[in-house]
Amino acid sequence: MKIKLAKEDIESSKIQLIERVSGEEMRRCYQCGKCSAGCPVSFAMELPPSQVMRFLQLGRVDEVMKANSMWTCVGCLQCYARCPQGVSVAAVLEALRQIVLRKGTDHERIKDVPFPFMKSAPQQAIVCGFRKFVS
Amino acid sequence: MTMKIPYYPGCTLNTVAKGFDATAREAALKIGFEMEELKLWNCCGATFPLTPDNLIALSAPAKVLSNARKEGDTVTTLCSVCYNVLKRTNKVIKDDKEKRGVINGFIDSEYDGSLSVLHYLEVLRDKIGFARLKEAVKRPLKGIKAATYYGCMLLRPFEDIGIDDAEKPTIFENMLSALGATPVDFPNKIECCGAHLAMNNTDVVEKLSGNVMTSAVDNGAELIVTSCPLCQYNLEKSQKRLIEERPGYTGVPVVYFTQVLGLAIGADINTLGFEKNEYSIMPLLHRKGIVAGED
Ligand code: SF4
Ligand code: SF4
Repeated sequence: MKIKLAKEDIESSKIQLIERVSGEEMRRCYQCGKCSAGCPVSFAMELPPSQVMRFLQLGRVDEVMKANSMWTCVGCLQCYARCPQGVSVAAVLEALRQIVLRKGTDHERIKDVPFPFMKSAPQQAIVCGFRKFVS
Repeated sequence: MTMKIPYYPGCTLNTVAKGFDATAREAALKIGFEMEELKLWNCCGATFPLTPDNLIALSAPAKVLSNARKEGDTVTTLCSVCYNVLKRTNKVIKDDKEKRGVINGFIDSEYDGSLSVLHYLEVLRDKIGFARLKEAVKRPLKGIKAATYYGCMLLRPFEDIGIDDAEKPTIFENMLSALGATPVDFPNKIECCGAHLAMNNTDVVEKLSGNVMTSAVDNGAELIVTSCPLCQYNLEKSQKRLIEERPGYTGVPVVYFTQVLGLAIGADINTLGFEKNEYSIMPLLHRKGIVAGED
């Protein structure tokens, strides 16, 4: 596959927004893959953490926005704990969620959350779930 | 005079995890301190925002801290998530003057981050001491192989939490040893249980929590001990699938550390909330001769 690198893509306003919200600089990632190795949900992500970083380094925001990675991240911070560069992919994924949610688009509809879960789950799961998935 | 420790229960301990709260208060009294509930508190938000620009999400925990500061200079929690959220928020307010101003503006306060946020385990280790705890043991948990499950929130990120080594923590094991149990080390003790994905992705939760359970059990665990109501919930729920899929797997009790603490220091067995657990601890206690009776 041919990869075209263009300044207007890798420094696009979308990338700048992700960098501003997440507080992370994409280029600091040197693609060692330790985040993906440590991430407990890599197996379920369409793009594991290190690939999210790579796609963003290449300016390919749309593919990253389409992938399920941001919604499957559990926020466990293993990626950050293991990253030799001190990058928090967790912050990048949360920034992506925030960018979606701040536009008022919900990922989860409250009425679709299963009733047995609402009845028996610890309150913290409900509060946290709403914060992560609902605008 | 009994040492009084200001205490923030949080929402879950006031509702579905009441036993976690009650056993902790009771154990404290037996050991020689009192958990004094804050007069005014609200939900901490149960999530520390992972992006630095999301300051509005810090207003709920900041309000808790600001009110707690009016009652003393420390606040203690039991739930790992409350602990994580309060401790990290406190650090932001203390270290970052600009953010402090913004957050205080949201909640109409002048809080400066001068509170010290403690986990109950830290109180046991640093204020009571595990040696003294050992002396308080009346019903040693002899012969019980207990796996201590830390999960994420009690440990990470290390520079903000710092309760113990983030990769090889031992605070939980040391507490269990003081109670007479045999701690079981296992690879997944600091891995996530699946957390809030319990809301919409039970597949991932069952896989993650299932990995924690099998990793513990394969290393000999007969009991799982934790400090987070969501971990407790996910680890219990995930076992249904394990029972279906793993021949010979019959389910392992998952309890709060305060329940075994109470058990060891001689609390009435009927006050420990064990009946709420999906997989009962009683057969294990009978088998080990810790509580008289039969399965
Ligand atoms: S661990 Fe850090 S440097 Fe390595 S691939 Fe992940 S984000 Fe990049
Ligand atoms: S915080 Fe998210 S991306 Fe990072 S290791 Fe955990 S699940 Fe994976």
